[in-house]
Amino acid sequence: MSKDVIIRFEHVTKQYDGLVVLDDVSFEIERGKFYTLLGPSGCGKTTILRLIAGFIEPTKGTIYFNGKNINHVPANKRQVNTVFQDYALFPHLNVFENVAFGLRVKKMKYADIQEKVAEALRFVNLEGYEHREIREMSGGQRQRVAIARAIVNEPEVLLLDEPLSALDLKLRTEMQYELRELQRRLGITFIFVTHDQEEALAMSDQIFVLHKGKIQQSGTPKDIYDEPVNRFVADFIGESNILPGTMIADFLVEFAGKRFECVDQGFYPNEPVEVVIRPEDLEITTRDQGKLQVRVDSQLFRGVHYELCCYDQHGNEWLVHSTKKAEVGEEIGLYFEPEAIHVMRVSEAQEVSDGEGSDET
Amino acid sequence: MKHNTRNVYLIPYVLWIVLFVVAPILLILYYSFFDIEGQWTIANYKKFFTPIYLKMTFSSFWYAFLITVFSLLIAYPTAYLLTKTKHKQLWLLLIILPTWVNLLLKVYAFLGIFGTYGLANAVLEALGVGTKQILFTDFSFVFVSVYIFIPFMVLPIFNALEELNPSLVDAARDLGASAWTTFRRVVFPLTIDGVKAGCQAVFIPALSLFMITRLIAGNRVITLGTAIEEHFLVTQDWGMGATIAVFLIIAMAIVVIITGNRK
Ligand SMILES: Nc1ncnc2c1ncn2[C@@H]1O[C@H](COP(=O)(O)OP(=O)(O)OP(=O)(O)O)[C@@H](O)[C@H]1O
Ligand SMILES: [Mg+2]
Repeated sequence: MSKDVIIRFEHVTKQYDGLVVLDDVSFEIERGKFYTLLGPSGCGKTTILRLIAGFIEPTKGTIYFNGKNINHVPANKRQVNTVFQDYALFPHLNVFENVAFGLRVKKMKYADIQEKVAEALRFVNLEGYEHREIREMSGGQRQRVAIARAIVNEPEVLLLDEPLSALDLKLRTEMQYELRELQRRLGITFIFVTHDQEEALAMSDQIFVLHKGKIQQSGTPKDIYDEPVNRFVADFIGESNILPGTMIADFLVEFAGKRFECVDQGFYPNEPVEVVIRPEDLEITTRDQGKLQVRVDSQLFRGVHYELCCYDQHGNEWLVHSTKKAEVGEEIGLYFEPEAIHVMRVSEAQEVSDGEGSDET
Repeated sequence: MKHNTRNVYLIPYVLWIVLFVVAPILLILYYSFFDIEGQWTIANYKKFFTPIYLKMTFSSFWYAFLITVFSLLIAYPTAYLLTKTKHKQLWLLLIILPTWVNLLLKVYAFLGIFGTYGLANAVLEALGVGTKQILFTDFSFVFVSVYIFIPFMVLPIFNALEELNPSLVDAARDLGASAWTTFRRVVFPLTIDGVKAGCQAVFIPALSLFMITRLIAGNRVITLGTAIEEHFLVTQDWGMGATIAVFLIIAMAIVVIITGNRK
């Protein structure tokens, strides 16, 4: 099956007064999938959405939509709708009129508008709120109005700029399911922005990890979690222990003063590398049974697990998530499978691969 | 206790209002019930409802309306452009600057420009149109008044546009609205308070203009303002002058109430 590409960025750069906000970004968005742009504040997530929506034009490069260059197509002529980071609901219109705005612009018949608005509001659990004013709605309700206002237009692509950030945890999880469900039901492409890595991992078909205006890594949630290409991604996606090491040979890596069996290959002999081990992949055992010996420095109860902060004799910090309890000051052993070791090239930390770099799987 | 101290601070303000706002209005009301001989009468009010004064009232409203409309038509786009420029504060200052110049000076400047040998006629001459009577026409009166009032219209509209959240414009465009629809359905309704404030700031003073009227329009335009001036200064019929002033105050109050339902 060939790829059905709906949006393509080709070497897109965006500058504001000489300040580079997006740096030569290339990627493809396939129709009908759920994409997430993930990255820390200020990395350019909103900028990418604004480029797709058509509020700004790229300084360099080309954006294709269904194979056509849309660099100069104005926002109102694009088959794209946005859920804005600050909701951008019209304060002079009530909930019904906000949701109906796009339909009214299209001069749809009033009876159809009523039906569609009701359906959209039903989806976001806001039935019966039609005649409320926006200022009478809570933050979370406003966000849901914003989602309804966008989906009611049945766009080809829906852009969502941190649409769940104002919701409490329970509603947020609920909306995550519902959004994902809606995306499957409508079959439209979602581009979802978040800085919450758990949200990204839970919802996406494909994640783009952004940092400083560049795509650091793209791939499925599992790819990105299990095989981070560089230190930034490893650090940003979940908590991790990152240590300097040396790749002695294929399937053999040295770090923390010891050699370990691993599953990585294809490095130069004795190539310096960075090793990532997730805290939940570390198991607590007795000193003698562990592959590594560490001293427990502190311990926090996190609800589902204990979070231990330990140090080995070289001074490396080890973060461990374990359901077992340990004593602070105690010497313990850490056990891990060869698969738990993820080896990254050091060079990838500086020179990162962008969009095209995702085909290693 | 606390309540009382706060009231103490209010005293200067209340005194000011009573002395310079309430008392003069009561005084005008009082005078309006006397005729030119100093006899108590309501004849002034009867006289106001004769065709001469009604026509005067109508033309006052008509000119004030014209001045407000033209000011708005010029000021809104100006304010809009201003919000888009780089050095908006500087441009705004340049627009406000003329209000610091004495009104009389500006009016005299226009006497020079619009006079028979003035700049305007020189330009018309050069274009082959020939010399025209510009001064003492409706046109020159409205033109100069609009010039005088424009800053008062630009300022509140500019502020309203500045307060408008730019992502609302993006949102409207995103939902498929053209630039014009966006303006009509989002930008204008959300800046209507600024428009109202500007209209108030122009319409009310325009209703009682008399100096510009006298100097620029001569005897062509007779409004309530010029009539009041004439009754007080020329015919010395203070009673009738005060009566017109009473109606003017009522008219202004109505305008404020109509345009004033702001949050
Ligand atoms: N209109 C603008 N003029 C100048 N700089 C801008 C403009 N818009 C955005 N930027 C800059 O571009 C960078 C990226 O901004 P962007 O809004 O894309 O970040 P973001 O990833 O969405 O962050 P957040 O998670 O905080 O929303 C920031 O450094 C920001 O200061
Ligand atoms: Mg953002």
